[in-house]
Formats: sequence, structure tokens, C-alpha cells
Amino acid sequence: MKLELRGITKRFGPLVANDHIDLVVEEGEIHALLGENGAGKSTLMNVLFGLYTADEGTILLDDEVREFDGPGDALRAGIGMVHQHFMLVPVFTVAENVMLGHEETRGAGLLDLDAAREHVVALSKRFGFGLDPDAVVENLPVGVQQRVEIVKALARDAKVLILDEPTAVLTPQETDDLMEIMRQLAASGTSIVFITHKLREVQEVADRITVIRRGAVVGTAEPTAPVGELADMMVGRAVSLGVDKAPPQRGEETFHVSDLTVIDGVGNRVVDGVSFSIAQGEILAVAGVQGNGQTELTEAILGVQESAGGSITLDGRELRGLRPDQVLTAGVGFVPEDRTVDGLVLDFTVAENLVLDLVSRSPYSKGVAMNLAAIRSNADERIDEFDIRTQGPAEEVGRLSGGNQQKVVMARELSRSLKLFVASQPTRGVDVGSIEFLHKRIVAERDAGTPVMIISTELDEVAELADRIAVMYEGTIVGIVDADTPREVLGLMMAGVPLETARERATQHEGDDQ
Amino acid sequence: MTTTMDVQNSAAVKTEPSLRVPIVLGVLGVVALVLFGLLGPAGAVTTFRISTGADAIQIPALELPTRATGIALSIVILALAVYSFILVRAGRKTPTWLLAVFGVLWVLTFLTWAVADKSTSIVSLLQGSLLLAVPLAFGALGGLLNERAGVVNIAIEGQLLTGAFGAAVFASIADNAYVGLVAAPFFGLIIGSMLALFTVKYHVNQIIVGVVLNVFAVGLTTFFFGSLLKDNASTLNSPPRLGVIDIPILSDIPIIGPVLFRQSILVYILYVAVILLTIGLFRTRWGLRMRAVGEYPKAADTVGIDVEKTRWHNVLLGSMVAGLGGAFFTVGSVGAFGEEMTAGKGYIALAALILGRWNPVGALLAALLFGFADKLQQVLGVLETPIPNQFMLMLPYIVTIFAVAGLVGRVRGPAAAGEPYIKG
Repeated sequence: MKLELRGITKRFGPLVANDHIDLVVEEGEIHALLGENGAGKSTLMNVLFGLYTADEGTILLDDEVREFDGPGDALRAGIGMVHQHFMLVPVFTVAENVMLGHEETRGAGLLDLDAAREHVVALSKRFGFGLDPDAVVENLPVGVQQRVEIVKALARDAKVLILDEPTAVLTPQETDDLMEIMRQLAASGTSIVFITHKLREVQEVADRITVIRRGAVVGTAEPTAPVGELADMMVGRAVSLGVDKAPPQRGEETFHVSDLTVIDGVGNRVVDGVSFSIAQGEILAVAGVQGNGQTELTEAILGVQESAGGSITLDGRELRGLRPDQVLTAGVGFVPEDRTVDGLVLDFTVAENLVLDLVSRSPYSKGVAMNLAAIRSNADERIDEFDIRTQGPAEEVGRLSGGNQQKVVMARELSRSLKLFVASQPTRGVDVGSIEFLHKRIVAERDAGTPVMIISTELDEVAELADRIAVMYEGTIVGIVDADTPREVLGLMMAGVPLETARERATQHEGDDQ
Repeated sequence: MTTTMDVQNSAAVKTEPSLRVPIVLGVLGVVALVLFGLLGPAGAVTTFRISTGADAIQIPALELPTRATGIALSIVILALAVYSFILVRAGRKTPTWLLAVFGVLWVLTFLTWAVADKSTSIVSLLQGSLLLAVPLAFGALGGLLNERAGVVNIAIEGQLLTGAFGAAVFASIADNAYVGLVAAPFFGLIIGSMLALFTVKYHVNQIIVGVVLNVFAVGLTTFFFGSLLKDNASTLNSPPRLGVIDIPILSDIPIIGPVLFRQSILVYILYVAVILLTIGLFRTRWGLRMRAVGEYPKAADTVGIDVEKTRWHNVLLGSMVAGLGGAFFTVGSVGAFGEEMTAGKGYIALAALILGRWNPVGALLAALLFGFADKLQQVLGVLETPIPNQFMLMLPYIVTIFAVAGLVGRVRGPAAAGEPYIKG
């Protein structure tokens, strides 16, 4: 089915999320919608899927104007969507999730679960998904859950399939599988809209590329276009994809984690015997697919997560068992992975957020009273230093853009003299301009002689910052490798393949290609 | 050294299931053995009557030596505790049937001791339990319909109260208890429609709305009671009561017959409601969609299910079910309406819902447990046993707290219950 969007405009108050967007997706085409986080890609697709109503513009399917009042209409018209955050009911089985919303019944209105099961099995067989219709969704790995989402769309005969940032939660190998599935689907006539901000994937799988920036289409490109060109279109100016950084000046190893174990509420070892050390003046990046214990590892270091065994020492002092405020006082700077929940109090002002963990000390308070003047002048300094775009220190932090919020967190943590800097997903949901800036600050902190630990699920970021890379999988560190390790090896390690085997397999692959 | 110890400990935590259950059972078993068995009155006889006068088949009353029976039952109880211990040691969970049998035997042991040198009718004890469980079960089912669709219903209490009021007034006017029975759901609906309006349409905090509506229901019924019913008691507040309906043949089965099938129509409606809801919830499109909306409304929305409409329907239906349960207080038992006569039963229904794990059959069983405790307390009050009957009243709630705290496995309700769904 051919999909055409003409002049789609969507406003949220004064913000124009989509500004007269035109888009044509031919039948059987994989059309990549490329743009930064916050460029308006997801808004556009939510309009197409009937979740939002467009203020202006029309949607055409096979040259026929259609109007969708809710996702039900879009589904009936043959549009399926795989959301970035899966729309699966965790406690339902695969079959129940697939049948939900278009249930077949028999007899006296009873659900026909057998029909749903057969449907799942048939589709799963056709694409080699290997799904068990009776498995409960919450017990499935994310890669498999995504397949359930795809089957869910296909079960309703989706002719247009929207994939919203489908690779964010996948290992590189799972990503390859997904791309193969996309090609198969396109070959059988399904039109695919592939939303992403990852250039590499676009080049690999797309037939055509539409680039969106600040809510408007800035151009189309062929997949053969060079990466630099695509990045420029996406960001709007020439971006240096890579931080200039000198080789690390390694000092003494002052931070040691040994045999650290964290057990979650249901008895799983989410961090399982993890050991590593970081020297002064080096960046260790922890790579891995989200949910492999990285969060728990950082939280255990900070002391908000109780660890079951092992030790964490900084400058010879045991941090394990300390309260978070004691850990911070010991010289640890910490950037949590979700700034809106753990890093900032969104209703507080920029100035208040800049001293959240410092406010009880001099000079920010005297006795029980806060020293507002000191807090204010600190805010002015930090805003200047970190180029935080805000109306002023008294503005609520929640009103800032993601990049500027992250600068606030980073500015607060880096404003003390540190003995260790831990940053989790330091640039998630941050615009490219700010990414550059934040990366430079992290490298500067390293060059000042602080051991730095970065946790990132983006291989690009890992490659850019790391002096060494530790790969985590299911709570363990698969291996710690040099920064120049090939991506393919890292990818295999992220799927749990040990270093040596990964190296061998990667070289074999190269041999096959030649 | 400490490090390795810690690691070993953590490993131990993972492989061995908790010994909490067997230990609790063991302690209870020893209490039963010592208190009701060894320290029981020597030479006393406990009499349990099993048949009622109306039964076709008469079974002679059971006369048991109090102390010997107590000791014998306690030994069986302790054996169950030991079996549970063995199971846990073998890495398995204590099965639910074991807990159920344990509970029944323990209560029986206690009863044997409490009724020493006296006599009590088992049939009327069970009959009464079921009857007292009726409003709790209806309230819990009403709450279940709400919560499974993602709306927490604290207002069960208010719905029971307005239901009771409506049933009394309409039954009095029509001089027919069944008219009251039909009116009750619509009075529950008054509270339910307000609950839906504020929580579903206006996204107000569900707990706050529920509490406010309960207070509102008390105010409303008290006002009409004072201004209308008191002065016109003979025309507006003297409803006939629902009669007992014998189900032919079934009601003649010893023990079970009179308990289950010699009841008022409300009890029979309850049976049907539990069966219909169980099938509806787990086997129909309606139930699947309701559960999806209660677990993950956005997912339901993206497959074309109207979340708001689903919640409206279920909140209204739930309030009608709870309202029907309210009829028990007036036409189902004492007749006339009295101020605040539901006396917190709505909250207990909520506890039954949780203890029953948001499952119709579970909710019914939990309601029966609470009903039994209530009846037992009445019976023991009459028999003048050494235990103050207030303690008996506390027991089911202590059980609930332990149950919800995780003694019988983690209790997990609908994930989205309590959260308003705001589109976009």
C-alpha cells in the first residue's frame, strides 16, 4: 500500500512539533525517517496512527484521503505500529496480546484462543520468529517481545508498518536479524516506515531516506549518501563526529570494584561478580544492551542499591555499605541515567537544582538557613560555564530542553573536586550540539586526572569516549577491551559471546565477505 | 573473609525457599496442641449438631471428648506443618490446599475447645457465615470490576450504603422485597457514576474521590433517614424481608444442603455472579479488554480499545454489583434502614478483593473467611467462651495483613489500578 502524507502540521501550544510535513512511502519500500531525538518523528507517526489529530494536512492511502479518529481506525486501514516502548500487556500471553482488540470468538461469545494461537504460530513460522503463543510476555527477552509486536501488527494484515526506534533495545546481532525481517516484509509488499536516529542502520537497510529537523522535512537522500552528509542534514550544521582527545595520561589505579554482586527483589543476580579498576586520567566505558545490570552496578556504587557481596574501594576507602550522601562526600560525582527522575527535581529552579546535593554545606547554607546569595552566584557561574540555555537561575528546570537539563546535572556534579566521576547515559535524549559539549567536558574531567566511568548503550558514544571498554551481559563483565576493538567484536560480546570467540567469529566473517 | 561469607549467604538466599511458612504453621500447631489439647478441660464433652429440624435425613449430633479430640486434631495439624517443612526443604512451595486444610483443622480444634461442655450447630454456623459473607462478596466483586479496569474503588462502602437505603425505601413503598432488590443496584449507581465522572473523565485521584464519596454517601443517607424515613417509618422504612428459598432435592443433602441451598435469593444471585464473572473475565472479549485496560491502558488504546469507555462501563457495572450487595443489610437481614448501618463492611470487601487476588472465586472465598469469623464471634458470644469475642473479630484482618505482606506469595494487582489514563 502506498502511503502519502501531505502538509501535516501538529502544534502543542506554541510549539510546532510538525511543520507542513510531506512524505511518500511507496508499496514495498523501506523508508527511513531520520532525525534527532525531539525532531518530531514520533509525533508525526502518532498522527499517522491516529493517536494525535493533525491540525492541518491530509493522509492518503493508495491515493485516497483517509481520516483516523483513534488507532482503531488506523489499524482497520492497514497501518501497524511497533512502538518504541512496547505496547504489550506484560501479564498476558503472546496469543492474548496478539488477539487483543480484534478477538475472534466462538459459541456464546467465548474467546477463541486456539485460533489466536494458530495465527501466532503461522506468522511466526513464516518469518522464522520461533514464538511460543503461550509464553507470558513479561518473561520474554526484549528482542522476542519486539517480534511479538511485529506479529501483532501482521496479524491485523498491516500493509504499512511503522517501526519507531526499533533498535534502541537490541544487540547489534538482534538488529541485524530485525533488518533481515524488514527486508523480507518489504519483499512481500509491506511498506515500512523506519524511524531512527542511527545513521549506520539507515544506510544499511533503507531504500529512501527523509530527514526531519525541528519538525520540518529538510530533505531526502539516497542510502548511498555519505554518513557525514546525512549527519549534517540531521543537525543542520557541520558536526565533527568525534571528540579530539589526547591519549590518556594514566595515573595510579584508585578505583577498584571487585567481585561485586547485586541481587534483586526476586533473587536474580543482576550484577554477578563484577570486577574492574579505573586509573586516574582514564575513561572506562561500560557498553551493553540496556537492562544487563548497568543500572544496578552504578546504583550499587552510589549506595542506593544494596549489594550482596564484593567490595568497592576509592583511594583505599571502602564505599560499600555507605549511604549515598557519604559516597558523594567521598568525592564521587554521579550522573544518573534518567535525569528527569533521579537527576533533577523538575519543579525546582535551575539554581536549586545546581546545589541539590551541596545545599547543606558551606557556603550554601549557614546553620539551618540557606544562603540564597551564594546559591544564586553559583548558578550564574555554572550557567555561564556550561552554556546552559535558560531564562535565568529562577526558571524551573522542567522547562528546559533535554540537553540543557543534562547540562544542569553535569554542571552540578562537576562543580566539586572529584575523585571519581560516574555518568550513566550522559547524552541520552540530548541534541547533537549539546552532545559535543558534554563529551568535551567529560574528557576535560579525565584530563584533570579523575577516573571516569561512562555507562552507555550507544556504541557510537562508547567508541568516542572510551579509553577502555567493559562489555556487560546479564550482570557479568564479558570482557574489558581496548578502545580500538572492532564494533563487530563488541557486538558479539554484548550478546554474551566471550572475547576470544568473538574475535574468531568476527575474523571469520571478514573472510566470508571477501 | 567477610566477602566470601556474604557471597555464600546470598547464594543460600537464592537456592533455598523461605522457611517462614512452615515455621508459622509449626508455631500455630504447638499453640493448638498446648492450649486446646493438653491444657483443655479433662472429661468435658463437646457437642456439634449437624442436622436441622427441617432436614429430611436426620443425623445424630456428634458428641466428642473435648481434650482427646483437641489432642488428636493438633497432632494432625503438626503433621501438616512437618510435611510443609519437608516440602520446603526439598525446594518446593507449600501448596495452597495444605494451608486451607491446616486452617480448617485449626479452627475446628479451637471450636472443639471453645464449645467444651456446650453444644453448637455446625449447620447454622456455616449458614450464617455464608449469609454474612454476602455483602462482602458483592462488594468485592464490584470492586473487582473497577480495579480490573484500572480504577481503585474505595467507594464500595458508599455503594453498599446507598444500595441498602434504596432497597429499604423501595421495598417499603412497593411492600415487596424483590422490588427493593431491583432498586438497590441503581442506588449503587449514584455513587458509581460520580466515581466514574471524577476519576475517568476528570482524572482526579481515585483514592481521594473514593473516600469523599463514602463520606458523601453517609451524609446523603443520614439526611434522608432523618428528614424522611424517621417520620414515615411505616410507609418508607418497614420493608418486608427476602424469604428463604429451598432448592428442591439439593437442599435435602445433609450439611451442604441447608448451608448452600436453603438461602435467600441474594445468595443464589451471588453464585451466578461469581460464575459469570469468572467466565467473563478470563474467557470473553469483554474480560480480555477490561484486563488489558487495567494492566496497560496505553497498549489497549493502541489496538483500538476505547480506554475511557471501558472504564466507564466497568465502574458503573461494578457500582451496581456493590449496590445489590447493599440490599443485604436491609431486605436481606434486619429489614429497616439505619444510619451508617454498613459499618465499614465496604472496606472489608476491599480487603477480601485483595486477599482473593482480584479473582472472583478468590474474592468469594476471602469473603467467606471474613463472614465465618463474624459468625463465629456471634456464636462464641452467645456461648460465653473464655476468649473475648473482639479477638475473634480481629483474626481475619490479621490473616489479611499477613497474606498481603506476602506469606502466601506476592499479591499483585492490576498494574494500572489507581492511575488515571491521560491520552497522548
